[in-house]
Amino acid sequence: MAIKDRMSGNEAVAHAIRQINPDVMPAFPITPSTEIPQYVSSMIANGEIDTEFIPVESEHSSMSAAIGASAAGARTLTATSSCGLALMWEVLYVAASNRLPIMMEVVNRALSGPININAEHSDSMGARDCGWIQIYAENNQEAYDNTLQAYRIAEHASVKLPVMICQDGFITSHAVENITLLEDEPVKRFVGTYEPEHYLLREDESMAVGPYAVSCYCMEAKRAQAQAMINAKDVILQVAREFEAISGRSYGFFEEYRLEDAEYAIVAIGSVCGTIKEAVDGLREKGCKAGLLKVRVFRPFPGEEMAAALKHCKAIAIMDRCEGYNSVGGPLGAELTAALYRVKAVSEVVNITYGLSGRDVKVSDVEVVYDGLEKLAQGENCFGEYPYIGLRSADRAE
Amino acid sequence: MTLKAEFINEKTSWQDLTEGLQIHEPATSKLFETGEWRTSTPVWEKDKCKQCLLCVPYCPDTCILVSEDRRGEFDYAHCKGCGICAKACPFGAITMKEGE
Amino acid sequence: MRTLTEIRWHGRGGQGAKTAALLLADVAFNMGKHVQGFPEYGPERMGAPITAYDRISDYPIRVHSNIYEPDFVAVVDDTLLHTVDVTMGLKEDGAILINTLKKKEEIIPLLNGYKGKVFVIDARRVCMETLGKYFPNTPMLAAIVKVSGLMEEDAFLREMESSLKHKFAKKPEVLEGNMRALKMAFQEVY
Repeated sequence: MAIKDRMSGNEAVAHAIRQINPDVMPAFPITPSTEIPQYVSSMIANGEIDTEFIPVESEHSSMSAAIGASAAGARTLTATSSCGLALMWEVLYVAASNRLPIMMEVVNRALSGPININAEHSDSMGARDCGWIQIYAENNQEAYDNTLQAYRIAEHASVKLPVMICQDGFITSHAVENITLLEDEPVKRFVGTYEPEHYLLREDESMAVGPYAVSCYCMEAKRAQAQAMINAKDVILQVAREFEAISGRSYGFFEEYRLEDAEYAIVAIGSVCGTIKEAVDGLREKGCKAGLLKVRVFRPFPGEEMAAALKHCKAIAIMDRCEGYNSVGGPLGAELTAALYRVKAVSEVVNITYGLSGRDVKVSDVEVVYDGLEKLAQGENCFGEYPYIGLRSADRAE
Repeated sequence: MTLKAEFINEKTSWQDLTEGLQIHEPATSKLFETGEWRTSTPVWEKDKCKQCLLCVPYCPDTCILVSEDRRGEFDYAHCKGCGICAKACPFGAITMKEGE
Repeated sequence: MRTLTEIRWHGRGGQGAKTAALLLADVAFNMGKHVQGFPEYGPERMGAPITAYDRISDYPIRVHSNIYEPDFVAVVDDTLLHTVDVTMGLKEDGAILINTLKKKEEIIPLLNGYKGKVFVIDARRVCMETLGKYFPNTPMLAAIVKVSGLMEEDAFLREMESSLKHKFAKKPEVLEGNMRALKMAFQEVY
């Protein structure tokens, strides 16, 4: 029986954590993810779960403690945002290279500076190459569903990698919306118990974790780790199929919204995708063949699959909620453009930066992008040399 | 199935290494004969030795093995010849000799 | 027919405008609606102007932007009228509700020529007479329900009673005070 409820994105993932009842949660508070360890602490205090909560003095410590707990054999999670994630930088790589299936709830927030607490993907995008799986959510429902699937992916024998479950700070983390929850028992059956083969607290086996690797071993270790990320693709789809069987909700690497026959497509990540869908429906009524590709899984990067879904479009806008500071554009733009090149797509492609530091995106902003795509397909580029939307500019209305 | 440490070497392929290079068995350092690195060698002069065992904890590589409260010969397979034991011995019972 | 009601709340940090928005979303959810209740944070400090929003509809809500053309606006603190353009984008066939000690005639000139309906309530008086403490949320919630016509007043009161009973199971006197505040607010808003 599905349970109809309403809750914020942070409450939703805390609810999922209660249902999973992980073993250990070290965490340090930072806006806008602070509520997650707060909710979990309350659940522990109320005896609803027996997770061991470790208060630490920084995020470097929370991730280090998570690594220790996970290596010891505990199902482990933490939560963070923005500068907290940045402070974990060094140890994020250690978690991944030691193949520890830690889950981290990332509530996306701008990295400083200027210092700002609002939604942006610069934090997790900055950590995109540290070996963690990254799954993004459009709303509270997806944040909940992705959390329930996280350990099944991370702990899979062919993967064994940590996973970030990302949602947009405030926009979904603090917005109360309708949600459909699963009952505890089917969740527990789906997630299962964690039974690692090798772990530090195993009584009948001595083990060393994280040994120094000289050059003649280190490159091989990294290639093996890369294989785990490649293997994660099949596992993500398999877990999604099993999740659909218990929830009725279908997930893949990405969602195609009216994309099949679309001439103009936007590719985006996170909460803005709901706003884009609203714009797409309005434009379709007016006869504009608009479509959306909503990226759910960014790591592993499903470039080939995305390019195949997009290559029929006349013009594509790849939207980044993250400034790349590379003089070209954002990370999604760079990687997806490369993927489109590999399938020899002839679509016009523009990479647009939007929504930095919580800058709001309205349906009308999205309509402007589709309008620009129509013009782009006819050879007129009105996006400018360095495309931004929602920006005040002395040059022109961007 | 992961390989035992004794079968892992510089020719092992990436597919055959353990995940994260984890080591799932104890005392694998025994397999690594660091004695090959030695350019100067400690010599134990038994007649000067009082069996005080001060050299034992000083040895960074656990190459002075103790049995029934008495030390024996150096483990030359692993002794790197660092000379700390010779410095630590109060009785001049350990001297360093050039070469292996 | 897709119906959507959008409400914008203006308050100051610490006054509970966010809580009021979330409470309204709660009540609407309990009455079978699709809801979205969310705050917009600036500086997270007591007294700083804050905005919160409600979307209430009979179909799933996907848009994740702020509300620029609300059907209704609720102002928890009338000192904001001097610093915040509270009627910005407010639909002329909508309405604005203001918590104030002033009379409606005194408030209207402060609304930048807004031509729609204006409602006022002295939430402080309602609170002091029913709760003995100033919690403007409770009367503001009832007042916005009346002003917006989002739900039947009786159904709203029944829903509030059942959720407050659950919330204050160990403090029945709090339940009674809150219910009186809601009913009095229905009478006092004009």
